Amino acid sequence: MFGNSKKFGQEQIVFAITVAMFILFSLFLDNFLAADNIFALLRSVAVLGILGLGMLIVVLGRGIDLSLVANMAISVAWTLQLVGTGTPLGWAIAIGLGFALVMSLVSGLLIAYAEIPPLFATLAMGTFVYGFGRAHLITGTDVVYLPAEFGWASHIGQGRLYGVPVPVILAIAFAAVVYLFLKYTKPGQQIYAVGDNMAAARITGIPVRPILVLQYAIGGIVAFAAGLITATAVQSMNTRIVNSNMIYDVILIVVLGGVSLSGGRGNVRNVIVGTLLIGVLVNGMTIMDIQYTLQNVIKSLILLAAIVADSFINPRDEQTGQQGDI
Amino acid sequence: MSVANTITKLRYRYLPDHMIGEILSKNWIDNAIPFLVMVAVVGVFGTLLPNFFSGSNMEILGRQYGEFALVVIAMMVVIVVGGIDLSVGSNFALGNFAMLYFLNLAELPTGVSALLVILICGGVGLINGLLIGYMRLRAFLTTLVTLIIVRAVVDMLLLEYAQQMSMSFYSSPLWDTMGMGGFGPLPFSFAVLVVVAVLGHIAITRSRPGWRALAIGGSRRSAYNIGLPVRRIVCSAYVLSGMLVGAAGVLYAARLSGAGTDTGMGMEIAALTAAILGGNSLGGGRGSVAKALIGAVTVLVLTNGVLRLGLNSGSGPMVLGLTLLAAVFIDVRWLKNRGKLLSKVYVSPTLMEMPQPRSTEDGPLAVNDRLSDVEVIALGKVESPEDVILDENDYLYSGSRHGDIIRYAPPNYTEHEVYAHIGGSPLGMAFDKDGNLLVCVGGMGLYRVDKDRNVTKVTDETNRSTFSVVDDSRLRLADDLDIAPDGKIYFSEATIRYEMHDWPVDALESRGNGRIICHDPKTGKTHTEIRNLVFPNGVCTSHDGQSILFAESWGCRVNRYWIAGPNKGKLEVLIDRLPGYPDNINRASDGTYWVAIMGMRSPALDLALRMPGFRRRMARRIAPDQWLYPNLNIGCVVRFNDKGEILESLWDRKAANHPMITSMREHKGWLYLGGITNNRIGRVRLKGMDDSWSGWSSYWGKKTGGQA
Repeated sequence: MFGNSKKFGQEQIVFAITVAMFILFSLFLDNFLAADNIFALLRSVAVLGILGLGMLIVVLGRGIDLSLVANMAISVAWTLQLVGTGTPLGWAIAIGLGFALVMSLVSGLLIAYAEIPPLFATLAMGTFVYGFGRAHLITGTDVVYLPAEFGWASHIGQGRLYGVPVPVILAIAFAAVVYLFLKYTKPGQQIYAVGDNMAAARITGIPVRPILVLQYAIGGIVAFAAGLITATAVQSMNTRIVNSNMIYDVILIVVLGGVSLSGGRGNVRNVIVGTLLIGVLVNGMTIMDIQYTLQNVIKSLILLAAIVADSFINPRDEQTGQQGDI
Repeated sequence: MSVANTITKLRYRYLPDHMIGEILSKNWIDNAIPFLVMVAVVGVFGTLLPNFFSGSNMEILGRQYGEFALVVIAMMVVIVVGGIDLSVGSNFALGNFAMLYFLNLAELPTGVSALLVILICGGVGLINGLLIGYMRLRAFLTTLVTLIIVRAVVDMLLLEYAQQMSMSFYSSPLWDTMGMGGFGPLPFSFAVLVVVAVLGHIAITRSRPGWRALAIGGSRRSAYNIGLPVRRIVCSAYVLSGMLVGAAGVLYAARLSGAGTDTGMGMEIAALTAAILGGNSLGGGRGSVAKALIGAVTVLVLTNGVLRLGLNSGSGPMVLGLTLLAAVFIDVRWLKNRGKLLSKVYVSPTLMEMPQPRSTEDGPLAVNDRLSDVEVIALGKVESPEDVILDENDYLYSGSRHGDIIRYAPPNYTEHEVYAHIGGSPLGMAFDKDGNLLVCVGGMGLYRVDKDRNVTKVTDETNRSTFSVVDDSRLRLADDLDIAPDGKIYFSEATIRYEMHDWPVDALESRGNGRIICHDPKTGKTHTEIRNLVFPNGVCTSHDGQSILFAESWGCRVNRYWIAGPNKGKLEVLIDRLPGYPDNINRASDGTYWVAIMGMRSPALDLALRMPGFRRRMARRIAPDQWLYPNLNIGCVVRFNDKGEILESLWDRKAANHPMITSMREHKGWLYLGGITNNRIGRVRLKGMDDSWSGWSSYWGKKTGGQA
């Protein structure tokens, strides 16, 4: 009765569409199938995929983290600025990571203990983090450039290992770690339990509130890591990214792959499938030279199609819908 | 010591503790915190910013407020039905663009353009509504998608037409009025807002669609199950939201006459913050136009103020984020704890110094066994006969807790039938001159059952007191009544602070929460005669018809109130220091009166009544079933005369047959007994009383011929 346990659920549909589009693009677009383009494709969605993994962990526990991008932008921009103003690299990274962690912990605490709905807690935290960062941390312009002192760390985004771009390798490694975490560790399993039925999880003795906080904390760490890769790849961190549609793209890849926003259902595979679809789509559209705004429309329509499909596979009506679930 | 006593007395007499609970139980208290926040924000920025309150600044703010508040009301409309609309910002930009396009490039008249824009934005709302209402998609994600798509569409349109639009400059008197003028001191957009707000308030509080929307937001499942057209109403909420946003876009276009890519950017967050700050509940069911307006003022002043303070670029979002957090935090906490807080503070005991009771060791109140041979009627067949009454044909009537009036047939009263069904808890009863049965129904008011068994409402409201916080115009607990010779009905309302099922809690307070009310059938008017009585209960017209006697249960006294003659309007204590809590009072055949004592005083409760602090702690800290209540298990019947002298008493010392008594009725040499916790009616033979006397004839004279 649920998408993931069905033989032909949303994940399979999306995967089939991805394959179909891949074949179509390979046939009709020059250079699409070239190794360079495939690596470029993967590389372009690596960061999105990593953020998607962070979002997955939060969504599994029936949450959502809208502050992911703000957290990423501000914490990494601050790190870059600290390095630029003479702070040792290690310290700067520790401070940036610490900032991201503290902010996501605050979100987690607000959600778990103050019982503020995640949507609003993270929406407000995102707005706050951006505002605070712009007002008090980032002194220069919107864009903070990668300082020369960044040394070895700049290879994170730019280097290649055996010809494969490092971000892609990192994304795969992240996926593996998250997979193992969710499948084989106690907190990983408890996240599923909390997302599936919070009241039942509490009765069985699962520390529901700490688990919720943990989810958002992991989200914060993932955001910082993704930001570091982005910054080293494009040599800068543009804090205006917060005002872009990026957070919606992150939700898009998670939901597309078939992760249920009501929690408890989904895994790493879903996120990978969603990421690949967006990667193929964006890459193809870019080659076809489709306007950026139009790309947004197309992506949104696909997201809409995905949630419509989800509503047919997992029907919600007045009897099954949860009160206050928006 | 005595000084301390005096202070305590004054404190309980003049400090209205009970108002806290009453205020907390009002619906408008929801707006108190948002309102205070608004006042604080306006105060802070008013002092920080020079010329904040100047006319020109007010005019600018008023104009912006008109637009912004429309968007907040739009957000409120969807929040009320349990949704959310993130597309308001993009839709606003679309409205703005479309308006300028129609005027400058399509060269349509202003009115037609505005109408078209509202329809277009309503169309965006319709898409949201179809997806969310009919297809049951999640509101958040769906409106997120429309947010992106509409924004992209606007961007593409701007790319196409921005250049052309900036070349032409439309102008017409109406358009200029919308942008710069207004009605007198009111800016145009503000005037529009006033109209929308008034209409919206009426729609949401006083119309069927508004109520249905609130019901759906409160519980979508229940609304669906009772058959409301849930999908259609949810859909129309989004359409309405889109149209309101369109109107705001038109006003914005009139004010600035320019379209940019950042129009309406982030407006969804500002509007959402405002709606939540005003106290509209996420998830639906609780919202009002007033809440939206309050929140809109706070957010508008806040964002404008931060901007004008000249802080750096991040401060606006930072303050907005913090405010949203604080608002949602307070909202969540308030919703969660309001009921808890209310139940803790509602019971508000006051000081009650009970005088030493009269002795039950000797004298007329001495305990005896005169009720031990009570004859039992309808054992196990009636529940909760608070009052009993007999008509001229010897039929016996009683109420029951199921809301029925039950009639028992003479001579043995073994047969019974449901005489009429009223509902509520039928309590005191009386026959009027024409033989209609008048009944005080707890929870409903005063009702009449005529001889054809038709039930009609006599009254369920009285005049509202000027300064009472709870709505005391509604009758909560009409208790007992009697009819004066001129036909006026005097009845008691035991308490205005508790519902029928909570009546013993009123004893914990022992405040004067009750009143005597008079209904005049000739004029059909009801008015409150005496206020602030301590649980007024039984009412009885004196034999001479010049006064009414009524019991104040928790005060353990019987009062006389003159309704005619030279003393008219005078209130005096007739009997005090009773050893128990007096209930119904009725006439006896020899010109005296019977009063039922429903329970006896106990030293523990008497002591507790002197210690209001103790009772307050008790009400706050322990569960209601463990509170100290008056004993309502054992009582007696007492006879007294017009001078207030107690003549005799009837007890059931062994508590075998009929210990619990709330009312008694003398009829042809028998005394019939009712009790509110009983499953029976009792009757006992009276010695030395008039065997032909009946209550009805004592009031209305001997029956003549076929009458009555």
